[in-house]
Amino acid sequence: MLECLPEGTVEHTIGKINPVKTCQPIGAMYAALGIHGCLPHSHGSQGCCAYHRMHLTRHFRDPVMASSSSFTEGASVFGGAANLKTSIKNIFKIYNPEIIAVHTTCLSETIGDDIPNIIKQAEIPEGKRVIHINTPSYQGSHITGFAGMCKAMVSYLSQSDGTQKDQVNILPGFVNPGDMREIRRIVGELGVKMIMFPDTSGVVDTPLTSKYQMYPDGGATVAEIRDAGNSSLTLALGSFASNDAADLLQEKCGVTGIPLKLPIGLKATDDFIMALKDWFGVEVPKSLTLERGQVIDTLIDTHFHYQGKTVAVFGDPDHVIAMTEFLITMGMIPKYILTGTPGKAFEAEVNAMLEAAGITGSRVKAEGDLFELHQWIREEKVDLLIGTTYGKYIARKEDIPLVRFGFPILDRAVHPLMPVVGYRGCLRLIEQISNALLERRDRDALDEDYELIL
Amino acid sequence: MRSVSGPAKREKPQSGKEVKTDMAETDSGLEGMLEGYPDLVKKNRKKHLVVKNEPAECCPQIEANTRTVPGIISQRGCAYAGCKGVVVGPIKDMITITHGPVGCGYYSWGTRRNKARADETTPKDKIYSQLCFTTDMQEPDIVFGGEKKLAKMIDEVVAAFHPRAINICATCPVGLIGDDIGAVAKAAQERHGIQVLAFNCEGYKGVSQSAGHHIANNNIMEKVVGTGTERKPGKHVINILGEYNIGGDGWELERILEDIGYTVNSILTGDSSYENIKRLHLADLNLVQCHRSINYIAEMMETKYGMPWLKVNFIGIEATNESLRQMAKCFNNPDLEKKTEEVIARETARIMPIMEQYRKVCEGKTAFAFVGGSRSHHYQYLLRDLGMEVVVAGYEFAHRDDYEGRQVIPTIKSDADSKNIPELHLTADPEKFREAHEYLNMTKEQYEALKKEIPISYYEGMYPNMKNGELMIDDANHHEVEELVAKYHPDLIFSGVRDKYIAHKLGVASKQLHSYDYAGPYAGYGGAINFARDVAHALSTPAWKMIIPPWEKAKPEGSEPHA
Repeated sequence: MLECLPEGTVEHTIGKINPVKTCQPIGAMYAALGIHGCLPHSHGSQGCCAYHRMHLTRHFRDPVMASSSSFTEGASVFGGAANLKTSIKNIFKIYNPEIIAVHTTCLSETIGDDIPNIIKQAEIPEGKRVIHINTPSYQGSHITGFAGMCKAMVSYLSQSDGTQKDQVNILPGFVNPGDMREIRRIVGELGVKMIMFPDTSGVVDTPLTSKYQMYPDGGATVAEIRDAGNSSLTLALGSFASNDAADLLQEKCGVTGIPLKLPIGLKATDDFIMALKDWFGVEVPKSLTLERGQVIDTLIDTHFHYQGKTVAVFGDPDHVIAMTEFLITMGMIPKYILTGTPGKAFEAEVNAMLEAAGITGSRVKAEGDLFELHQWIREEKVDLLIGTTYGKYIARKEDIPLVRFGFPILDRAVHPLMPVVGYRGCLRLIEQISNALLERRDRDALDEDYELIL
Repeated sequence: MRSVSGPAKREKPQSGKEVKTDMAETDSGLEGMLEGYPDLVKKNRKKHLVVKNEPAECCPQIEANTRTVPGIISQRGCAYAGCKGVVVGPIKDMITITHGPVGCGYYSWGTRRNKARADETTPKDKIYSQLCFTTDMQEPDIVFGGEKKLAKMIDEVVAAFHPRAINICATCPVGLIGDDIGAVAKAAQERHGIQVLAFNCEGYKGVSQSAGHHIANNNIMEKVVGTGTERKPGKHVINILGEYNIGGDGWELERILEDIGYTVNSILTGDSSYENIKRLHLADLNLVQCHRSINYIAEMMETKYGMPWLKVNFIGIEATNESLRQMAKCFNNPDLEKKTEEVIARETARIMPIMEQYRKVCEGKTAFAFVGGSRSHHYQYLLRDLGMEVVVAGYEFAHRDDYEGRQVIPTIKSDADSKNIPELHLTADPEKFREAHEYLNMTKEQYEALKKEIPISYYEGMYPNMKNGELMIDDANHHEVEELVAKYHPDLIFSGVRDKYIAHKLGVASKQLHSYDYAGPYAGYGGAINFARDVAHALSTPAWKMIIPPWEKAKPEGSEPHA
């Protein structure tokens, strides 16, 4: 495995080798799937749409529908306006969505297609909508594209009617439908009325009934996203994915926005619940107190499985930030913390957490790649790797257990339905981390050290 | 579109006589499927449908390799996917750098299952298949050009990895901003003393992956093939072109062929090495498995070196037997024919009892097949081995010859999109050209007789193999697949990952035929058993019978609530 890797440190200052990010459009496509009755549309060559649909489908193992402007060389030279107008006409006639969410590609961005102007000229049936976001692939990452489409939902759809309702907007970030369901459950337990957008639960985790629905029952409706302008509060979960939309809601509709971490881990879940409690004055029900108590109980009971172990964690910034915090809660040592998405705020936030925990000697990097992470690990090994499927090559080469976490996970199933957020998510993460280390201990134990009870 | 024509092209009697028909719309009952379309789309799409009709003298013309209608949810990808993803990427000992923003390199990293391993030309430390290299272009690169960044990345990659050769694959913006990757490649080649190939496979070129295949074929043919000097030792040396070693298919073929007495120089490009591609011309015969993606190299090698090619199909037991027998005839060696029969007898005896077990599950079932360039044809044979019938078959990115046979190639008109793909106009190499019969160690007369017996340098396309009433559909899209399921009620859909879960939601079993659902090999004899098992499991997995919850089922007659 990977015998071609160079020994020692080498110069790697340019480009990416084994990236930990992909391009903006896929994030915009995923966010758009979280609108009910929406067909995401990729304005570019059809290969972009093909790649994004395939990648999302492999992660979710559920249909991911999206259309493309199918540029040819002619469109690339003369501009894609005709392709987009034709697309919009054909899509409404053939696929009949409630709304089309257009995102761009590096092709249409480089040409400079004026999307709002083209949309204005397009034939849009009465009552239907077309929204858009510019997602140049040569800036940011897939998380930037996700954040952009969330912002587009606000800019196109959210309206303030001048009266504030006792309800919260939740921007859940680039998380799985299982996580969105769990967030919905927690907010429901607190008795707070909620609008969550985007919401891909019920869209990419649908049941098999032998009746295919091109637009499944899930997703935030256009009416709900409109009504988000009347909420009294927005919780932006994950600053990279959600802050832009929350800021615009505040600016456009006067809805107060509070930035929070993704509610992954004990502390981030506490913060999430406290934000709702404080704002709405609700009592936290015994059911949630019990769940939290179970997490504490488990942490105390199992700490010797993982405490003091070193971890390399990589993936999307909001996930990695929250996971780092939870690893600190677990008494583990986040040694290498890396995201592929650019943003110095990532490094600042993670370093502050490490400093507060008194952890020194860790390496933290935004806009890194797995080649670099692998070099760090070869300099000094860690006990555990936490990240996406792409970590499996390092895990095998260096013989380190891998806990799969984040997007994408392409080589294991069921994970999109199983939450990592909230207190139940804490239990699941503790189980996964603990099991990975114990499996390794069992595997490596001498016969005389191989024990029944651990 | 094709101007290079091989000397050994076989003329079919019906060549040139094309029956134009509106049969698809009038006789097939497919009007309903097209009904929901705007007029222009309807007009366009009906030309991509042909229902097999035995009385017709030859295959009616099908429209293929033309533009996808914007907004239509097509299964097609782009030229970059065809060039980097399909043809170039799998070459195991070359580092392929994607020049562009991060996505294209990222999505084509490890997603195609073209397996590679060390061999006598390539040690483990020269295999780069599990890495992804991208220049990760940023906005300033788009504004000011990305050539310097690319050149610097090549320098760093050479210093760190010492590859034998490098590929640069362009993505959409590269062509638009005018980065001259050819010049960057040339300069890097001079700096580092290794070959650096530049592929202008921007995603907008052509109408599908097919353009990328052609671009890749041209460059490999022009720059790499023919530069090797040492023939791989062996009596009967062959290349398997258009075999990508998905799930290890190529290795199963290698096992069978080497057992018979052939030496496989290169499986192109699955598990291929730069070293073996250089000496492609020093083999005796090119086998062509995937016609669409690699027929260019086969044909150009025939023109330049005189090397004959044989279209084979190793998907299916009978198909494999037939291909092996045809191959044996090519070499004028009775021992080879004898050994071929021995291997066929041994292998079929080994697998038939197992196949029979699975056939019990599969017999009488129907399927759809929507795959790339040749599989929708090839798998019809293997499914018939299992008693199954493909009632609707289509290609994502094929040309007319893949449906109708190569005799139509001279009649295919080039259009604005195909004209943008450069053609190589090759002539016979003055030193390396040999007559086809010399490659096969036979007299000219023997070779002429052989050509009458087996279809050397010819492909008949999918149509002859289909049965009356079955449908051929080009570039099938989401709407049509859904309609066709409602009309034909297939038991199984063979397609890609985007369609797989749609099929499941419709209540139809589905197997991915690009990635084999991460199993395989499916080729050859060992592959037939794997395929039979996987198909039988897909059809019979117990959950299919448990879709309706018990509380929603009609009560059996006479049952009364307890009370």
